[in-house]
Amino acid sequence: MATELRVLVVDDEPGMRMGVRRALQDHEVDLPDMGETVRFAVDQAESGEDGLAAIDAAPPDLLLLDHKLPGISGMDVLDRVTERKLDVQTIMITAYASLETAISATKRGAFDFLAKPFTPTELKAAVRKAARHIMLQRQARRLAEEKRQVRFQFISVLAHELKSPIAAVEGYLRLIQDRTLGENLQDYAQMIDRSLLRMDGMRKLIFDLLDLTRIESGQLKRDLKPVDVRDILQDSIDGQALTAEQRGIAIEMHAEGPTRMTGDRGELAILFNNLVSNAVKYNRDGGRVTIAVTGDEQTLRVAVTDTGIGMTPEEVDRLFKDFVRIKNEKTKNILGSGLGLSTVKKLALLYGGDVTVDSEPDKGSTFTAILQRHTEAEPTDEPERDTTLAADGRPGAAE
Amino acid sequence: MQTQGKREQEMAERTYTVLLADDDEDFLTQMKVQLEAAGFEVIAAGGQAEAEKLFAAHEVDIAVLDLMMEHADGGFALCYHIKKARPGTPVILVTAVTNETGLEFDAATDEERNWVKADAMLAKPVRFEQLRREMHRLLEA
Repeated sequence: MATELRVLVVDDEPGMRMGVRRALQDHEVDLPDMGETVRFAVDQAESGEDGLAAIDAAPPDLLLLDHKLPGISGMDVLDRVTERKLDVQTIMITAYASLETAISATKRGAFDFLAKPFTPTELKAAVRKAARHIMLQRQARRLAEEKRQVRFQFISVLAHELKSPIAAVEGYLRLIQDRTLGENLQDYAQMIDRSLLRMDGMRKLIFDLLDLTRIESGQLKRDLKPVDVRDILQDSIDGQALTAEQRGIAIEMHAEGPTRMTGDRGELAILFNNLVSNAVKYNRDGGRVTIAVTGDEQTLRVAVTDTGIGMTPEEVDRLFKDFVRIKNEKTKNILGSGLGLSTVKKLALLYGGDVTVDSEPDKGSTFTAILQRHTEAEPTDEPERDTTLAADGRPGAAE
Repeated sequence: MQTQGKREQEMAERTYTVLLADDDEDFLTQMKVQLEAAGFEVIAAGGQAEAEKLFAAHEVDIAVLDLMMEHADGGFALCYHIKKARPGTPVILVTAVTNETGLEFDAATDEERNWVKADAMLAKPVRFEQLRREMHRLLEA
């Protein structure tokens, strides 16, 4: 992407202004790591007063400011810029060897300084550094905004998902309160069943939400140690045994090769519980769930296959997003929070792996979790750290 | 209770059939129970596709449709089909869309009715009394 930054040179020496303009007008700064090319549009002002007027009219991105000006001093201009919290990076131009001025300028908000006389190469190096800083700041701001949006969206959907069971239960209670179907309690059995089911769904949503928050915050310490996935899977199977039995669904597990890995038992339990309970939930009565554990030295694969309703390719595409539930005739009586699979995906990524789906409508689905047997903790919060560093505006962070 | 009983008596002269479509199973059940208690015959559909089928197979006096079903504009499409097949059938659209998207639809002016095709729009959560009033207004017009 090409970006043009606006530069304002404030200097009373015409030669200096011309020199800066000449050096920068056709100059390009390449920032390949950010996929950015930066060009410059240079304006000039010959006094502090003119400079301030220009800044008031349209703040530049980068200010090249001479320290020694005839009227208002460069330092006063700098103070005004800092005071007004303008989004302007300032490079202070100081007389040679006046290090104290340079330090004081930096303390008062300047990004950098250049000592007179300087060569075009020195100018370009300083401008490059500032341009990089500006672009990083913009990127960080954009990321923070995107994150805020995603968060906001998540919370709106969550609020809706929590509101809807309350509305349903409230509706049933009012019908019961008004004796709409008469005095016989038996006639309200279906309403009471639905109310209990919706409340159960709400409780599950809250539990899934807690799982997700725990994973996303990364605040709880992960307890990584050697585990046997067969044990954890067996717990998941046991957890589903009653439901499966009621619906005549058989669950079986096969393991080929070693089943040990380094992992947090709690996290893996959440992952497997979601896969196994989905395989039961979206199965047909009298169906089958097959769990196959395979893998090589580095990776472990857990494939959970059901004989259930299956999905179309379009449905599969949307599957792993927060709160996405596939809505159709076949799923309308199955309750879910819409958070389970997005949690599964996040967990698999935490183990340097992924989750893949293979599905055919009315035949069934296979969800395969691919996990690294040994992962280093916390590879995921790296980009965040970058963001915070760049956003706090310290000059040193840029280079 | 007095006026309600009287109105039900008037209604008893003729039983109206309502096509009720909503993909929220609970809302559908609750509306159905209330409409039946108020003397209507209710044909309930859990989605747009089912509603299209039921509409083709039954005579209905009025339709009460949810706006967002399988597709975001399912109610509009359904409403359009109903008006095209049997223009005299009053249609009420019930929607949570304002609540969820902040977009406001209305069917209060001719221009809006012409665009929306519905005779009335009600925002969820709907008070049953309000729905019933609208239904009577349209049925007795």
